[in-house]
Amino acid sequence: MANIISDETIEYVGILAKLELSEQEKEQAKKDMGRMLDYIDKLGELDTEGVEPMSHVFPVENVLREDTVTNTDVREELLANAPGEKDGMFMAPRTFE
Amino acid sequence: MKIMEMTALELGKAVREKEIAAKEALEAVFRVIEKKEERLNCYVTLDREGAFERARKLQERLSQGMEAGPLAGVPVAVKDNLCTKGMRTTCSSRMLENFVPCYTAEAVRRLEEAGALIVGKTNMDEFAMGSTTETSAFGATRNPWQEEHVPGGSSGGSAAAVAAGARFLGSDTGGSIRQPASFCGVVGMKPTYGTVSRYGLIAYGSSLDQIGPLGRNVADCAALLELISTWDKKDSTSIDRKDTDFTSALTEGIRGMRIGLPKDYFTEGLAPQVKRSVLAAAELLKERGAEIEEFDLRLVEYAIPAYYTIASAEASSNLERFDGVKYGLRAEDANGLHDMYKKTRSRGFGEEVKRRIMLGSFVLSSGYYDAYYLKALKVKALIKRAFDEAFAKYDVILGPVAPTSAPRLGESLCDPLKMYLGDIYTISANLAGLPGISVPCGLDEEGLPIGMQLLGNCFEEKKLIRTAYAYEKARGAFAVCGEVG
Repeated sequence: MANIISDETIEYVGILAKLELSEQEKEQAKKDMGRMLDYIDKLGELDTEGVEPMSHVFPVENVLREDTVTNTDVREELLANAPGEKDGMFMAPRTFE
Repeated sequence: MKIMEMTALELGKAVREKEIAAKEALEAVFRVIEKKEERLNCYVTLDREGAFERARKLQERLSQGMEAGPLAGVPVAVKDNLCTKGMRTTCSSRMLENFVPCYTAEAVRRLEEAGALIVGKTNMDEFAMGSTTETSAFGATRNPWQEEHVPGGSSGGSAAAVAAGARFLGSDTGGSIRQPASFCGVVGMKPTYGTVSRYGLIAYGSSLDQIGPLGRNVADCAALLELISTWDKKDSTSIDRKDTDFTSALTEGIRGMRIGLPKDYFTEGLAPQVKRSVLAAAELLKERGAEIEEFDLRLVEYAIPAYYTIASAEASSNLERFDGVKYGLRAEDANGLHDMYKKTRSRGFGEEVKRRIMLGSFVLSSGYYDAYYLKALKVKALIKRAFDEAFAKYDVILGPVAPTSAPRLGESLCDPLKMYLGDIYTISANLAGLPGISVPCGLDEEGLPIGMQLLGNCFEEKKLIRTAYAYEKARGAFAVCGEVG
């Protein structure tokens, strides 16, 4: 079997995962992911034709409620955890000039 | 009776009846913590001051003749992925090193409402990803039985803290309650999915995460579980069930209980000493009137690949929120928003977390989604079906918790895949949503604890508790590591 992870794939996964990897980390990630996928490929041995994918063990239904405010104002406490804050809002780096 | 030898409910009663002061209960626990914490590193955060302040207030209420809950004055510790208002909650990650939640997890709130005093937050694998507590950004926890061994994971800090004497350990999460309980010689229980609200639990794999108790004995676990089980509208997967009076199952009668031993759990890869201890436990239950039978569970070897696919996929999505904007770490030297996201996440997350986020991103990416993620969900359905068939014949499934006793520190992380294989017996319960309990059943030649696992059908915790309690009584007192309190 042996899954070979290409440079392009690791580059793409880095974008999806929002991670910046050093050259060394990329090499390690290629190896680790390849090995893990080889292992996951074992699932292919099972015939799952006609089997419904199960995301929840129990039947789940939509839970609806009235859109009423139940929580109190904790803006100060929330912002206390933020790395950047300005005028009662989260501050993030500039996205465009 | 000494404080440290009482069950949670006995202590709560003694405090309510003012035979023991809440302060004394705390002092007893902190004495043990002071003696052992430096070597074991069970806690990320200790809140001595806050705990004594809460004890003072509780005592005041009691002296005014006010009512208090069943856990009045009982010291409890909480895994560091459960939010505690005003108390740092880190998930053992650099990412959340300074995160102070502004609300308390529902399960923790229920314990506090019952009178429990939270003493601190226990160490864990970073974001609960790991099986040894070595991926913690704040250093590994050591196994109190043999300090050069791991306590298991991800709830290693909790299990080690219980074993080290800080009794009445509280809530915990995920598939990683039973394995550390087994490695540390304590009892750990994962209830049916949906039994305990996940509100305030920092998510890893939401369809698999469940909070549960760890304690010295089955009675403590049943009492804690009874108190934290609740139908909570703040968790849409929470289930409205009426049969959560788990302490009522603390009776010894197991005559006629049908117990199945999956042959596939006793094959190669299982350490001979673990096998012997677990089979001896089954024999003991048979002597007490249970009917024991071997059977083929099937599909056991597919549980790990299915689990790691699903868990990684959910983790990659759940951990997107850590982006340096609303809380946690932020890389200050970044060039624009996207660069900030990437630098923050690359520095804030440890190796194992990154590995799972990358795998999860990959299996969810277009072109691979069907082949990996969807396939895993189909296999999950097959595994559930295999359990349904088994529980048509048996009340309880009995097997080992882990293939070996606790490995040495440093042995597991160099080969992640090997570490994942250690989860082979515990992981399918998470996939199928089943309840499970781990009970100490022996020591190996190195003096490390061995645990047996009982699995039940969904909503049948009481059968597990009855069987585990009967076993505990038949087994007699389990060895205690070191002097306690």
